[in-house]
Amino acid sequence: MDLATLLPFVVNVIVGGLVLGFVYAIIALGYTMVYGVLQLINFAHSEVFVTGAVVGFEVFRVLTPSPMNGYLKLGVALLAAMVVSGLLNVLIERLAYRPLRNAPKLVPLITAIGVSLILQDTLRVIEGFQGRFDLTYTLPDGFSNKFCAAESSCAGLGNALRTVGVDLQLKDVILIAVSLLSLAVLNYLVSRTRLGKAIRAVAQDRVTSGLMGIDANRMISATFLIGGALGGISGVLFGVKFGTVNAYSGFDPGIIAFTAAVLGGIGSIPGAVLGGLLLGVIQNLIGVSNIFGSLLGIANLEAIDASYQRIGAFLVLVLILIFKPTGLLGKSNVEKV
Amino acid sequence: MTAASPLTPRRTAPPPDRTGLLVLIFLLTSSLLLLSHNSDVLGGLGGVGAFLRNPIVEAIVVSLFLANVLFAYLWRAAPWAKALVGLGSLLLVLPWAGQEDTSLLDLSIQIMIFAALALGLNIVVGLAGLLDLGYVAFFAVGAYTWGIFASPRFGEILRYYGENPGATNAGTLALGLFLTAVTAASLVYIRRRGRTARPSRFASWSFALASFGLLAGLTLTARALIVLNAFRAQGLANGIDPAFFWLFLALSVMAAAIVGVLIGLPVLRLKGDYLAIITLGLGEVIRVLANNLDLYSAGSQGITPIRSASVPWFDALAARLGFAEDQYYLLFLYALSLAMVGLILLVNVRLDRSRIGRAWIAIRDDEVAAQAMGVPLVQTKLIAFATGASFAGAMGMIFAAKQTFISPESFNLFQSIGVLAMVILGGMGSFPGVILGATVVTLLNLRILPGLGEATANIAWIPQQVNPGQLQRFVFGVILVTIMLLRPEGLLPSRRRTLELHHEDNQEDDSARGNAGALTAGSGHVYSPGLAPLKEEDRAGGAK
Repeated sequence: MDLATLLPFVVNVIVGGLVLGFVYAIIALGYTMVYGVLQLINFAHSEVFVTGAVVGFEVFRVLTPSPMNGYLKLGVALLAAMVVSGLLNVLIERLAYRPLRNAPKLVPLITAIGVSLILQDTLRVIEGFQGRFDLTYTLPDGFSNKFCAAESSCAGLGNALRTVGVDLQLKDVILIAVSLLSLAVLNYLVSRTRLGKAIRAVAQDRVTSGLMGIDANRMISATFLIGGALGGISGVLFGVKFGTVNAYSGFDPGIIAFTAAVLGGIGSIPGAVLGGLLLGVIQNLIGVSNIFGSLLGIANLEAIDASYQRIGAFLVLVLILIFKPTGLLGKSNVEKV
Repeated sequence: MTAASPLTPRRTAPPPDRTGLLVLIFLLTSSLLLLSHNSDVLGGLGGVGAFLRNPIVEAIVVSLFLANVLFAYLWRAAPWAKALVGLGSLLLVLPWAGQEDTSLLDLSIQIMIFAALALGLNIVVGLAGLLDLGYVAFFAVGAYTWGIFASPRFGEILRYYGENPGATNAGTLALGLFLTAVTAASLVYIRRRGRTARPSRFASWSFALASFGLLAGLTLTARALIVLNAFRAQGLANGIDPAFFWLFLALSVMAAAIVGVLIGLPVLRLKGDYLAIITLGLGEVIRVLANNLDLYSAGSQGITPIRSASVPWFDALAARLGFAEDQYYLLFLYALSLAMVGLILLVNVRLDRSRIGRAWIAIRDDEVAAQAMGVPLVQTKLIAFATGASFAGAMGMIFAAKQTFISPESFNLFQSIGVLAMVILGGMGSFPGVILGATVVTLLNLRILPGLGEATANIAWIPQQVNPGQLQRFVFGVILVTIMLLRPEGLLPSRRRTLELHHEDNQEDDSARGNAGALTAGSGHVYSPGLAPLKEEDRAGGAK
């Protein structure tokens, strides 16, 4: 295969990876925000994310017969998922983490694992009562099609993409747009508002910020609300992207997203986004590496299949952390004795 | 100072002596256990027999029986009574009941495997403070070390290499051995030079090159050995002779420890959650490798049948005791894991009080300060990793021999988290607590929750979806959260750690809440030396 055909292929792999990466990035933000204020790995976040996906599924299911605009349906789904996941996250913090604020660090980790088990079974039972296990998203017409149904009808962005040779679907573009929008809102919220300032203060030093008149508990609740809402958004986007979710499908993306958060430097918001995008691209590259192998005439690479995707992600993590132990954008912590 | 001072420790009355109660409960639960596992007697009991056969009742009986040992540890009683209950339960009653119901032996071995794993992880997490989420990888290394050799797998590997020998002959073996020897020697030389000379880039590059050469040499040697021995494949159709069990026990321990060092070496610079995610990742790497290296690990189908050891005198003993022939290996593994747990506990207690144990605790509490005091960080952490890993390796081998089947599914992340939950549930850093945690979690997962599910499976008014048998994760999660909320320090907290934690409570958090009284009030323990109120008449040097 020559360069002229290889190049669009590589571009497509990378673009596909970026689309995946945006989902990871938004999940990773949920981890990183909670970690930023509480130094806690919120293992229950993957279930908060699945809750969002389930809510999105229910909204799409209920709204499917209605003649509503597809974008409006998506908006309703996103909003409902944000509210449910956000409130759920606040509730989890209230019941399982707050009483343990002064306990050793690993104790809330174990309650987080307990909560995640509880949520998994709860979701399974709720959907099980209606005889469902794998929830298949029924998307509004057009969402799942190619961006341009026919080459002749291509216009605007679709035409531009086609000329460059990038193969995107409408839902991918929507996914990127929603992710960018929520990133912008989050950025505004954290860096420009009083609330964001207070959250950052609490993240830096809970006791001192308390002395300055900030109610740390309220700020932590707010962080969990925002993190949960992001989890809800990413859940719906994940459902839209992959089509199927079940009560247990939070585990894999959860692990990858957490890896992404660590890769970027846990606690750093731009770091989480960078890590998510990077891991998405790497995963996609590994996923097609056997095609590369056959292109380059290396037959052995065929053995590298999808099951090595996670390994690849972790090896990249190991390499980066060896040279930069606090992640790509993490602050290096100067220790004082 | 007078006794009225608020700083003198409050003396609590010694707990009452409960020798009689202990023996009484032991006799009661033992007879209940023996009774409920003897189907002949149960058949004759009619309604009571049916009640005792109910899975949930059975689970409760087993739990009560195991609680004996806990009571013997906790209560104040005469030493003979404690010894009677402890030894009698574990060496007499449990094997006796297991003779009637093999699943009881199986359960006990499983509990002991997890207890040993938890003790190993306790060294890494509880003592050295290194959060390891990939601990089950070492367990897998031990399991696969025995699993590959004691099953038809080994014969198949030999046959494969016999059919694809490449250019291997005796010369390759010689080359491999030569390369290994030369690179190993140069590694030692470079390391020795490095102690005296200033570290240079050249030295580290040559070290890396020599390590690579060593790896290549070992691979060549191993491959040559396998190819040259390929003609033995026929004779090894069922794996190697079980008489090699002890050799492989040592090998599993070594292999797991080496993997522990290899994993630990590059990543121990990282701290806290970075270390957690890296170990999680490396644990997954080992699982995915086991899933994909079909030739060696049979991939996701798993390796079966795996043989256990056959020790002639032990088999004779088991026969004398009236065990059936297919129960010999379980009884052997029961005795072996009991001995292993005892040994590991002994090693743990000795390590805890040794120089290295104190170094671990120093690192856990403050790495920088420990380093300043001359504790070699990397070395000490590596020892913690390797020690914990070697316990896991030994138990992995026992696990493989017990299950006679291993597949990558037994070594997933959830298992690592389960072991971590045992450690924290029981009380980090406390050996009896960790064993209790392992027992509680294993009993819950293997007996109580399935028993609950089985007992309620046929009740009409419980819908299928919320049958407790289906809700095992839910119930387990609720129990985890509840215990942690009620007892954040674990079921049997370590004494030393409790003091440390409350020290922090009083020093920082209460004062931050504006409760300055907390600094001086309370039980006034040994850790607040500077707060003793000096009375004016007190002379320096203390009262005479």
